[in-house]
Amino acid sequence: MKRWIPLLITILFLQACSDSDDDAVTSSSDDFDRKAMLENWADNRIIPAYEDLNTKLGSMVEAKDDFVNNPNEVNLEALRTAWLDAYKVWQHVEMFSIGRAEQINYAFQMNVYPTNVDDIQNNIQTQNYDLSSVNNHDAVGFPALDYMLYGVGNSKAEVISYYITDANLNLNYLSDLVDRMKSLTQSIVDDWKNGYRDDFVNNTENSATGSINKLANDYIFYYEKGLRANKIGIPAGNFSNEPFPDKVEAYYHGSGSKVLALEGLTAVQEFFNGVAYNSTNDGRGLADYLDALDINATEEALSTAINNQFDDARNAIQPLDDSFADQVQNNNNMMFEAYDQLQLAVVLLKVDMLQALDISVDFVDADGD
Amino acid sequence: MPYKISSYFKKSTHSAPLAVFRIGFGLMMLISIIRFWSYGWIEKLYLKPDFHFSYYGFEWIKPIGDWTYLIFIICGLSAFFVALGYKYRLAIITFFLSFTYIELMDKTTYLNHYYFISILSFLMCFLPANAYFSVDAYHRKVQYDRIPKWCIDSIKLLLGIVYFYAGLAKINSDWLFKAMPLKIWLPSKYDLPFIGENLMQQEWFHYAMSWSGMLYDLSIPFLLLYRKTRVIAFLLVVFFHIFTRVLFPIGMFPYIMIIGSLIFFEKDVHLRIIGFIKRGIRFLQPVKVSVEHKVHAMRYQSIILPIIGLFFLIQFLFPFRYLLYPGELFWREEGYRFSWRVMLMEKRGYANFKVVNQKTDEYFYVDNDDFLTAFQQKQMSFQPDFILEYAHFLADHFQAQGHENLAIYVESYVALNGRRSRPYVDPNVNLLTQKRSFKPKTWILPFNDDINGL
Repeated sequence: MKRWIPLLITILFLQACSDSDDDAVTSSSDDFDRKAMLENWADNRIIPAYEDLNTKLGSMVEAKDDFVNNPNEVNLEALRTAWLDAYKVWQHVEMFSIGRAEQINYAFQMNVYPTNVDDIQNNIQTQNYDLSSVNNHDAVGFPALDYMLYGVGNSKAEVISYYITDANLNLNYLSDLVDRMKSLTQSIVDDWKNGYRDDFVNNTENSATGSINKLANDYIFYYEKGLRANKIGIPAGNFSNEPFPDKVEAYYHGSGSKVLALEGLTAVQEFFNGVAYNSTNDGRGLADYLDALDINATEEALSTAINNQFDDARNAIQPLDDSFADQVQNNNNMMFEAYDQLQLAVVLLKVDMLQALDISVDFVDADGD
Repeated sequence: MPYKISSYFKKSTHSAPLAVFRIGFGLMMLISIIRFWSYGWIEKLYLKPDFHFSYYGFEWIKPIGDWTYLIFIICGLSAFFVALGYKYRLAIITFFLSFTYIELMDKTTYLNHYYFISILSFLMCFLPANAYFSVDAYHRKVQYDRIPKWCIDSIKLLLGIVYFYAGLAKINSDWLFKAMPLKIWLPSKYDLPFIGENLMQQEWFHYAMSWSGMLYDLSIPFLLLYRKTRVIAFLLVVFFHIFTRVLFPIGMFPYIMIIGSLIFFEKDVHLRIIGFIKRGIRFLQPVKVSVEHKVHAMRYQSIILPIIGLFFLIQFLFPFRYLLYPGELFWREEGYRFSWRVMLMEKRGYANFKVVNQKTDEYFYVDNDDFLTAFQQKQMSFQPDFILEYAHFLADHFQAQGHENLAIYVESYVALNGRRSRPYVDPNVNLLTQKRSFKPKTWILPFNDDINGL
């Protein structure tokens, strides 16, 4: 034995220096089939939602083309409808910041609000813009279209006259915005369908780059920032001394903010339960994963607690004005109440759920004890 | 009895084990520093954050901008010199100071094994680890193959304390009777080859690991001390540490403990290791240094021994300081650090700070991302001393921005070892009325559950 010790030490030194990670082996012999959950997410939720968004954006492109050819009230109305339809579907995909969507900062190119009117007008006037630029994140996507379709005039007639007066410049920008949203989305759909789906589904390891960890982090990030803060907290003034009614989603539309917030909350809850997109088929989701782990049998199931909290949040949002901007100005306390209900679910997701799943928040990369 | 004690301190032993320990320690530390740097952690943990959490009383120790790299260079170089045994005394003192400075810069990164390195290097400042097989010996043309026996025993004692106290801390109801937190941690290692999808998922295995971990920690110092069980104990050490290394992201610590445990072996093993190294450096054609078969003279032993005695007295007592505080230690964490409580808790929290103008009652919530890294937020969210320090930092920040009549409240939730999250800090206490101190924190809400044990 003793003569082996020097050799053993050498091996240890080498191993200490290499710090290699073990390869993941995927099989499914334990209670919960994680790969099946990823398949359910990809095949029944993520890809169908992206495809639906892509279709809706396709319709929006057509409506936009009609409007560009003939800027009249009927075509404006059709384009506005197409925009809102697509915006609702958008609420189902914003949380999936993974794969190509993550690489191209998709959400930042699609839904940064409040939009920056100065940047938009500047782009239009100079005709020299790169819509993919980081500087233009607040001048593109759904919020920019919100302004272009509702904000450039007080009535439909005024909006139309805006496009007739400076036809080339204004219509060009509108057209570029819409086309870009479509092409970005198309590229993501293509990516999922050409190989990424299998990468995603097979990456079951529990590491910072594993699909479950990444998507769980994305999901909570969306819930905390995209939904709780952006849609309710920031306009209500939860993070500032005064409220900001002009920072609501779909501000220029006037009455879209509640519809979109409820859609976002539905998306959050459906994803949690593993419900298929646009369907009631209930597959494997985080709720089922938590139930399978069942780390604390003495208390109410965590999945139930989280679902109840989502329901409470929905009940607090439902009585709000269709326009959150009006709600903030008329009775902001109801906004605060909605925020508080949303907030309680943040705790359950971020603390209790991640503890049960043993997933770390945002890849804290350092040694433990 | 007094006679026995004084005769103990006159006993001498072969110096090879301490020399090998010095070399292993120095090299491990050098690798640790290089590894830490290469992962970009200096930048990420010490340069990027705008704010750092300080230990009470050590607020003056902060990262010093890009000069922080210099501290790491000094630390790495001194570790290398320790390994060489070159200007050993200066090197080990420099290492102790620079390493401890690094650890005191931000308590977010606190790890028991960093504390272990700090106090071990402090102890080594007093030991003649360069008596044998060192560059210093080469320069003075003489090496001593005997050193006082207590020098090696003190390191054994420190290692023994680390293990034994870690074992004592595992004697609690969560660890033994709920298999917590292993019941959470092990199933999540489902992606390990061979054992991930089956063994790691079994409840009996979680309990087996908990109990054997406790027994291992309590018994391993004695098994290493006893000659007949030593080899088996060392194999256990190797197995245990490699296994935990596979399971958990614990960096260099397992290797340090394995190398460190070699000190329990007799001189033959160490002479063989030295021979092995000698063959490796034959190409340097070193001149043979004569070996004096006598005890390396230790100056100031009459001062050093009381210092080391006091050091160990503190080591014995400090982990029990939690008894001076009310309530559940795991929940309140008063007296939790520096006590070899390793891997005992799966604890997470959420802290939402509310900044109130007391005159107008206007308030807003803080976005922690504006001030803290994800890692700092994670650590802050469940440790009350972090929460208080951060609240005072926020007050300073917002006062500088012109906000007046400030009060800061926190809505916080903490989940411990699989229990459902519950409110942590009293949301009605203005944290600015609370000062940092070692007194019990009255504003922590009760745990409302029991964890029995040491």
